Amino acid sequence: MSTIVGTIERINGSLIVAHFDEAPKIGDLTEVGDLRLMGEIVRLSGETAYIQCFEATSGLMPGEPVTDLGVPLVAELGPGLMGRIVDGVQRSETELWELTGPFVSRGTNIDPLNRGAKWKFEAKVKPGDKVEGGNVIGVVQETVSFEHRVMVPPGQSGTIKSIKSGEFTVEDVIGELETSSGVVPLKMMQTWPVRIPRPIKERLPLEMPLMTGQRVIDTFFPVAKGGAVAIPGGFGTGKTVTLQQVAKWSDADIIIYIGCGERGNEMADVVAHFPELEDPRSGRKLIERTVIIANVSNMPVSAREASIYMGVTIGEFYRDMGYDVAIMADSTSRWAEALRDISGRLEEIPAEAGFPAYLSDRIAQIYERTGRGVVMGEGRTLGSLTLIGAVSPPGGDFSEPVTTHTLRFIGTFWALDTDLAYRRHFPAINWLRSFTRYMDVSARWWSKLDPEWEASRSQALRLLEEASEVEETARIIGEKALPDEQRLVLLLAEMLREGFLVQSAFHEVDTYCEAEKQTALLKVFIEFYSKVDPLVRAGVPIEMVRNMDVVTELMRLKERAGVEPIEEASKAILAQRDALAEEYEVKL
Amino acid sequence: MVVEQSGLVYRTTSEIRGPILMVEGVKGVAFDEIVNIRRPSGEIVTGSVLDVSRDWAMVQCFGDTSGMDLNIRVRFTGETLKVPMSEELIGRVFSGSFKPLDGIPVPLSTDLRDVNGGIINPAARDVPSEFIQTGLSAIDGMNSLVRGQKLPIFSESGLPHNMMAAQIARQATIPGQETDFAIVFGAMGIKNEEADYFRAEFEKTGALSKSVLVLNLADDPPIERIVTPRIAQTIAEYLAFDLGMHVLVILTDMTNYAEALRTISIAREEVPTRKGYPGYLYSDLATIYERAGRIQGRPGSVTLMPILSMPAGDKTHPVPDLTGYITEGQLILERELSLRGIYPPMNPLPSLSRLMKDGIGEETTREDHQDVSNQLYMAYAEGTRARGLVRIVGEVGLSDRERTWLRFADRFEQEFVNQGPYENRSIEQTLSIAWDLLSILPEEDLIRIRETYINKYHPAHKSDN
Repeated sequence: MSTIVGTIERINGSLIVAHFDEAPKIGDLTEVGDLRLMGEIVRLSGETAYIQCFEATSGLMPGEPVTDLGVPLVAELGPGLMGRIVDGVQRSETELWELTGPFVSRGTNIDPLNRGAKWKFEAKVKPGDKVEGGNVIGVVQETVSFEHRVMVPPGQSGTIKSIKSGEFTVEDVIGELETSSGVVPLKMMQTWPVRIPRPIKERLPLEMPLMTGQRVIDTFFPVAKGGAVAIPGGFGTGKTVTLQQVAKWSDADIIIYIGCGERGNEMADVVAHFPELEDPRSGRKLIERTVIIANVSNMPVSAREASIYMGVTIGEFYRDMGYDVAIMADSTSRWAEALRDISGRLEEIPAEAGFPAYLSDRIAQIYERTGRGVVMGEGRTLGSLTLIGAVSPPGGDFSEPVTTHTLRFIGTFWALDTDLAYRRHFPAINWLRSFTRYMDVSARWWSKLDPEWEASRSQALRLLEEASEVEETARIIGEKALPDEQRLVLLLAEMLREGFLVQSAFHEVDTYCEAEKQTALLKVFIEFYSKVDPLVRAGVPIEMVRNMDVVTELMRLKERAGVEPIEEASKAILAQRDALAEEYEVKL
Repeated sequence: MVVEQSGLVYRTTSEIRGPILMVEGVKGVAFDEIVNIRRPSGEIVTGSVLDVSRDWAMVQCFGDTSGMDLNIRVRFTGETLKVPMSEELIGRVFSGSFKPLDGIPVPLSTDLRDVNGGIINPAARDVPSEFIQTGLSAIDGMNSLVRGQKLPIFSESGLPHNMMAAQIARQATIPGQETDFAIVFGAMGIKNEEADYFRAEFEKTGALSKSVLVLNLADDPPIERIVTPRIAQTIAEYLAFDLGMHVLVILTDMTNYAEALRTISIAREEVPTRKGYPGYLYSDLATIYERAGRIQGRPGSVTLMPILSMPAGDKTHPVPDLTGYITEGQLILERELSLRGIYPPMNPLPSLSRLMKDGIGEETTREDHQDVSNQLYMAYAEGTRARGLVRIVGEVGLSDRERTWLRFADRFEQEFVNQGPYENRSIEQTLSIAWDLLSILPEEDLIRIRETYINKYHPAHKSDN
């Protein structure tokens, strides 16, 4: 690692122009000015380097020194990362706070991984074993719910010369690897440049849905483990709450939560509440398998731009250990705006809405880092990386560049709807505009639980769609003028909306709905429809159907724990239907 | 403004383009440094460095540049913009660039604070969770404000947003605690009479003695508006996090602020995005709004209520749109409601308070608060839908159920949203009005409320308990 020193020529906001006598490298990290602010070289022109600075540049002066550190922005990967809250360049915010007080001060360099902490390393290989990059050489029980697997760094291979178990820091040598080019020491920590995807041995088709306990997601618009989701919506449509719900309840092993240009108070909420949340899987705390990257909206845009790459790289690292990782990025629009800001200062010619022409390439690069496959190393260990990205379209207009480009690279689209949000229908995922390309993956999984699942789901969607058409008519002639069969469709759609699609994140029971309950609940609505539809067609007034006690009961089933109440409701449907049939002398 | 006597003076301006000055041959000038420009009349105008290289500096001038020539004296002060902090700021009135307007000198203090402030470390933040009772049902019942929140009012010209903001400033209290709010009022480009209205309102209730006013009015230099909200927030941070006070900051009108930013951006020939606003409008607004909050281990709080006018009532205009993405919700005023005589003319449907859930419930307000709020939303949404239907099919075309929703919506606007500008409702009163209205609806339609709460609070059941 060689460092070269240059001088500042110009300061334009977060963009620094510096002159070097010796040509620096693009992508290198730099220390800018007397304050030694962190920056990254983004463009070279002869001996002039353009540097985006990750910290506020107020007070910098032309003539101050700039040091090219000779290395790119890397993530430090090793034990000690789990449960942390870091900024876009991986500095622990908790440590920053202890070091410099509640306001972030500039030029504070702290090691991303604690150098002093000791970890109990248990070797899993022995001298003489042949290993290659990605092979697990030992484990550290990093938190009660998380086993950290220490791997050979990608690109290295050879024979284990020595290895020892014991208490070590991340920099201690735990063994030696005999490679073709000599003996290299093995440490628990490795680094990886954030802008380069970590290698994977073989990509595999997606096979399992990521279960989230959220009905509209799991049942209607599922995402597969290894898939990519975009969740666009105007402000107030519930992007953040939806992401947080998925983070809390999904069956991924590891959660990476990236607050990218997020609200400080909401990040504080995540930081304060995640550690208290009980992990539904282990009964431990959710934070023990979560990494939080908190880049708030008033932090410099360059750090915001880096935060997504940082999060994805950390996610890939855990994927390489053989875990299912889910990344929440809130919001990718802020990241794109950071790109735009930097591009503008570089005086690049803009394409749409001021965004640079390479916007879609960058979006694609990020979403393509998702997937499922065989991870590096001997053997066939599987891992997956799922990315759920919030998009914040200006004015809630989905035709803007970030949304349209994102839609090209994702498999599931949860379209958030302002009107639903206004009536406090949450999650405000519009069932007519959303889509999923992981239906086959999901159907295979669900059909093992309930062979009729696919039929129930498509009938429910069909009814919801029909209801929206009937509503169009009702808007012109009034609901009262509609035939009763159509009004029954409206009633059923309303019941599905209130009793199935609406799910309160803040209701103690409803916040998580297990798969068994989801399918039972869906079926009971379909059953209700198929039982009362003949009555309505035989002339029983729709008002009588609406007044059946079971209607309200069905809509409240979601608040009751377990599937037993659903079975009882199913019996009640039959009894009340028979009573109505008798009253109106309908023969069934 | 603290006029620094140090610094280098240049008379080498090569270009004046709107509010921008290009000064040549400068040495040792820092980014964001403050400059003092002396007009021929002797008046000092402040500016700051926007872009600097080894031999030139681009300066944005906060005052009017008309009448300046290329020979003017530009003094680079070597300092970023700082204002002196002291307890004596309370009760004072300053201009938009911190010149005293009340005839008393700026308080002496060695505690100078950079107006750009710092970034509150998200790990050091405390989650805002103390319910503020504003006495307005539409806010307290459905969009509750909490200490440390930033909740803007999106309004249109001609709507009573000032009256509403003044009422909130007057009535805001934490139930069960007798602590008052200190008020920091930052005005950007509002009319003299609007500023006078606030001053008179604060005076009437004695609030003026615990408020700080920073006023850039409609006839003050527009570019000065760039620093006004930053000065206001710096004072607020000091009062809150140094003196431990609970501060309510009112910033009005943020649209005027954004226009000043746009003027600078266009003068710099930057690539514009929507409606000519610069691409960094979001990030820039965030540096102002994000200074609200609470910090662990510090007793005070900064609660922010920016007011902004939506040109032509358009919520998707860049200023309200980007504001909504930064703030924790928004309160939206609508002309249609105002025309129907509703005060405050706040439409709860598009309004939102993201931090409401943390501030309400059994321990702070009442256990049924969230459910009641959700139900009011749903019922009012159904009611407005029915109202839309009436325009097409007439009331006779409605089903009985729709007619009930409609009746609910009308009464909801008249009895719940509507109230007097001096009417201060407790949260119990607000919830009790809500239940009276909800009892118009058939009980089985109260699907968003837990049954236990219906049994406990519904007027039809109350006598059972």
